[in-house]
Amino acid sequence: MPHDGHDHEHGETSELSPLELRVRTLESLLVEKGYVDPAALDALIETYESKVGPRNGARVVAKAWDEPEFKAWLLEDASAAIASLGYTGRQGEDMVALENTPTVHNMVVCTLCSCYPWPVLGLPPTWYKAAPYRARAVAMPRAVLAEFGVTLPEGKEIRVWDSTAETRYLVLPERPAGTEGWPQERLADCVTRDSMIGTGVAAIPGETP
Amino acid sequence: MIRPDAPPAEPVFKAPWEAQAFAMAVESHRRGVFAWPEFAAALSAELLAAGAGQDGDDYYEHWLTALEKLLAAKAAIPEAERLTRYAAWDAAAKATPHGEPIVLGRGAKAS
Repeated sequence: MPHDGHDHEHGETSELSPLELRVRTLESLLVEKGYVDPAALDALIETYESKVGPRNGARVVAKAWDEPEFKAWLLEDASAAIASLGYTGRQGEDMVALENTPTVHNMVVCTLCSCYPWPVLGLPPTWYKAAPYRARAVAMPRAVLAEFGVTLPEGKEIRVWDSTAETRYLVLPERPAGTEGWPQERLADCVTRDSMIGTGVAAIPGETP
Repeated sequence: MIRPDAPPAEPVFKAPWEAQAFAMAVESHRRGVFAWPEFAAALSAELLAAGAGQDGDDYYEHWLTALEKLLAAKAAIPEAERLTRYAAWDAAAKATPHGEPIVLGRGAKAS
């Protein structure tokens, strides 16, 4: 890159990567045409970077474990039950909660793109968006679960749910044994993001499930 | 509170442009430029065309391509207009001394 340098004596100029240029291009046109408001973009980014995440989902799960009525509502109408806690917004419409039981383990994938319940889990992790997970979760769920360190009993049925732009799923994991009488806040600490996708199970912090 | 044995969470966005690309799609949908299933379909098509080898790292690149194509299909931002603007930003960046804000119009050929 450095040649004899004479024409750089007054400092380098800027260069934007093609991706940065494409983003600036779209943003400037969208703003000019009145399709987006820059302040709304900043607010959205702030929300998804720092305010929305799997702790929201963990609170939903903890409440469902603790309150049978809330659990019944969650399984009946997940969108409404979740919205009652204030977790609303994009990709939170038409939520369905899937209950894990001693005989059934649910696991969620989006084979087409990466539809994901943003209001309760935040934005999806990289592996959820990657082709191998999207391709293999349906065909070989047990092998995929093993890669996540989850081994289920032989006879347990695994149900794999394919999300769509219209329906998004939240797994209600099984409540770990030994948590009877725990307050919801403490219960929520047993709930990981992966346990709500179905690639993990809930466990008491520090204990192997 | 985070589980003590949980691995550190990965950043939501790896670079500012990813965040911008994400937000532009969500916001233009909210403003009625397209329906979300239309965007999901466009994104699926991009991911599918990209092949099965990808590891999820280039997800927002496909997201951005899907958004560009959908905005063109909706006649919100025609492709020709987008390419012209892209060239203008590129010229502006290259005409801006390092460290100064890049302003559109800088580096434009006098005409």
